[in-house]
Amino acid sequence: MNGGDLMVRVNGKETDICGISVADYLKTTSYDLRFIALEINEKIVPKSQYEETIIEDGDRIEIVSFVGGG
Amino acid sequence: MIPSKTELQNALSCRVGEDIALKLNNSRVAVLGLGGLGSNVCIALARAGVGRLIICDFDKVDITNLNRQQYKASQIGMKKTDALSENLLEIAPYLDIENVDKKVSEENIYDICKDADVICEAFDKAESKAMLVNFVLENMPEKYIVSASGLSGFGSMNEIRTRKMSDRFYLCGDLVSDVNDGIGLVSARVMGCASHEALTILRILTGEEDE
Repeated sequence: MNGGDLMVRVNGKETDICGISVADYLKTTSYDLRFIALEINEKIVPKSQYEETIIEDGDRIEIVSFVGGG
Repeated sequence: MIPSKTELQNALSCRVGEDIALKLNNSRVAVLGLGGLGSNVCIALARAGVGRLIICDFDKVDITNLNRQQYKASQIGMKKTDALSENLLEIAPYLDIENVDKKVSEENIYDICKDADVICEAFDKAESKAMLVNFVLENMPEKYIVSASGLSGFGSMNEIRTRKMSDRFYLCGDLVSDVNDGIGLVSARVMGCASHEALTILRILTGEEDE
């Protein structure tokens, strides 16, 4: 880190998706919204706020996509 | 001859120390879903001396459950809550169990879980898992939630691990093995994941939770 561009990390992987909403980002992926929980910087983002939550420089996003079995 | 409550509590104290035994005895855990995960989690918690369990499932014991769930052939057709209570009380006769014979939805999660120190997600359907985890993290931020995803098939147990996702959210499993891919469910692997959940819960209750 030397003051250069910060990147967004999604599940640990650097991705260049600053400035768009969570909802718009998810549209570019194959995640099924029914099965996921999404945290930004270790805080849950309620599904009702995916549209209005804008991804910012340096955000760490974790997306859990649950699978069946129990 | 069933031992007295004091005898059992002393026996637990001998193994883990009086402080931990007392902490566990005063704890309350809600386990939602009493299939391969939930039934095994409950047994591990009961053996460890957790004093109070809220156990929740709307279903009955089915013949196809016996390959991995902690029920007996003689219990087929019983409500899972009743059958599991019976089995738990044989292990831990003074366990305080609250049976909740309901299907969990966003409308009743709060009421079911409000008195629990830790909530254990032990459902089988991905959608139910996501619903519970989202609800608790959004609406009950003071609670710990321990969840599981990815425990199907015959993959190595070494792929199943526990991740701390955020301050009060732990996730156990391999994250990818989906029962809907037709890879089946086998007791040894399901128990391994249930064991990850149970130990995580015990670590939270005893203050060992970090790392």
